[in-house]
Amino acid sequence: MKEYLSNIYLALYTIAVGMKITFRHLFIPAVTILYPEEKVVLPERVRNRLYVNMDDCIGCDQCSRACPASCITIETVKGLPTEDLGKTSQAKKKALWVTRFDIDFAKCCYCQLCVYPCPTECIKMTDVYEFSDIRRSNLIYNFSTLTADEAAVKKANYAKFEAEKAAAKAAPPKTEN
Amino acid sequence: MLDTIIYILNIAVPLGFIIPFALFAVYFERKVSAFMQDRLGPNRTGPRGYFQTIADIIKLLQKEDIMASAVDKVLFNIAPVLVFAGSYAAFAAIPFTSAYIGSSIDLGLLYIVAVSSFVVAAILMAGWASNNKYTLLGAMRAAAQMISYEIPTVIVIISIIIIAGTMNLSTLSEYQTSSFYNWLIFGGPDMGWKKFAIIPFAWIGFLVMYISTLAEVNRTPFDIPEADSELVSGYSTEYSGIKFAMFFLAEYANMFAVSVVVVSIFLGGYQSPFGYLGNTLGISWFVPVEQFFWFAAKGIFFVFVQMWLRWTLPRLRVDQLMTMCWKYLIPISLVNLLIIALIMVL
Repeated sequence: MKEYLSNIYLALYTIAVGMKITFRHLFIPAVTILYPEEKVVLPERVRNRLYVNMDDCIGCDQCSRACPASCITIETVKGLPTEDLGKTSQAKKKALWVTRFDIDFAKCCYCQLCVYPCPTECIKMTDVYEFSDIRRSNLIYNFSTLTADEAAVKKANYAKFEAEKAAAKAAPPKTEN
Repeated sequence: MLDTIIYILNIAVPLGFIIPFALFAVYFERKVSAFMQDRLGPNRTGPRGYFQTIADIIKLLQKEDIMASAVDKVLFNIAPVLVFAGSYAAFAAIPFTSAYIGSSIDLGLLYIVAVSSFVVAAILMAGWASNNKYTLLGAMRAAAQMISYEIPTVIVIISIIIIAGTMNLSTLSEYQTSSFYNWLIFGGPDMGWKKFAIIPFAWIGFLVMYISTLAEVNRTPFDIPEADSELVSGYSTEYSGIKFAMFFLAEYANMFAVSVVVVSIFLGGYQSPFGYLGNTLGISWFVPVEQFFWFAAKGIFFVFVQMWLRWTLPRLRVDQLMTMCWKYLIPISLVNLLIIALIMVL
């Protein structure tokens, strides 16, 4: 009988304690962050969308080789000796035209392995993470600064240069006698 | 002809209250649960999310009415209607104000107990007709629970009948008129030593009745018939679209119905806890408006307490549920009944 009554007392008492706690929580401000309006401050070394600074890129293809997901596609054409390709910010002379520099973010696994080998530190992580798209093809970002026509011209130029060189080699050398 | 129209209008009046109430209660429940968990709750649809439930109900009405091939079509289709009819029928005997009561029958309390047990049949029907093990288990649990918990409810009601001498809820509300110390929870309007002797037992009766009605409407901590983690969602698992909406509506209508039955019995029903402004100012038509306000406010307060308990207490096990009823509530209410009867006889 004593246990019976103490059970009842315990039940009522603990319900009152619980109700007190939940009632207090009614007035505690919510911890929710209203996402599109408010955003969390990102950590310093966060890994998100890549960005390539094409002014610095020398087309060395190291990022593409480091990529475990093979999402970086680079095509380059050698510059002609007569052309001036400009310099990187570290005063290195560029030797290649980067005719294509595509990163497919649908494949990218955001591992940052491409960032470390870059000799000119031109590929880096940004803090942009809201770039979802309804088409996978829209996730292929083209970073190359050359237009398709320009790239074709560079390719043609180089092919011509090579052809001239080969022709020069094939032609019998002029004898001076 | 005119009589028929008046009857139909009379029937439709509580519906005009219950449907907006259900829309409000769903929003209110989501908000209360969110605030108790330090969240924000729905806040995108309209200002502060006011239109959330309207959007929900429109979505539910547009949904495809899925019916599995193995269901018992007739029972499956009438069960949601009967569930709602059962909980709606209870409103017939509940006085909304002194000016409106669906049917002022002398067996009001008995009638309410009877029609709310009628819901058990409809729930069993839904569970059986769905031809699904979860719905059947849920329905059987619901039936066992509702039938068990009706006993303490009825015993408490009997003790109230002994005090007030009436089963008519409108007379019972009249009985507790003029001020809050005349409410039955404070011993009723008859002055003298009996009033004060009854007070503690009225409180016990009130608690027992509130707990058992909570179990009758299958709310947490007594929600084992629709225990989400065990039974998907109990007897309404196979329902979709408008039929599911009817179960939902019935659940919220039931919550309000049991709250106002408890209020009508113990807390003076539609009576104001102090005088009426309408009487003081001499505007007689204003009194029912005030009464409706008090009726709705008390009812919604107890619905809030149901939600409050839901977010406070964990769900009971089946054996704990039956222990609670048969070993605690029924003996307590029986002893309570004897003591109250003794006090009234003396």
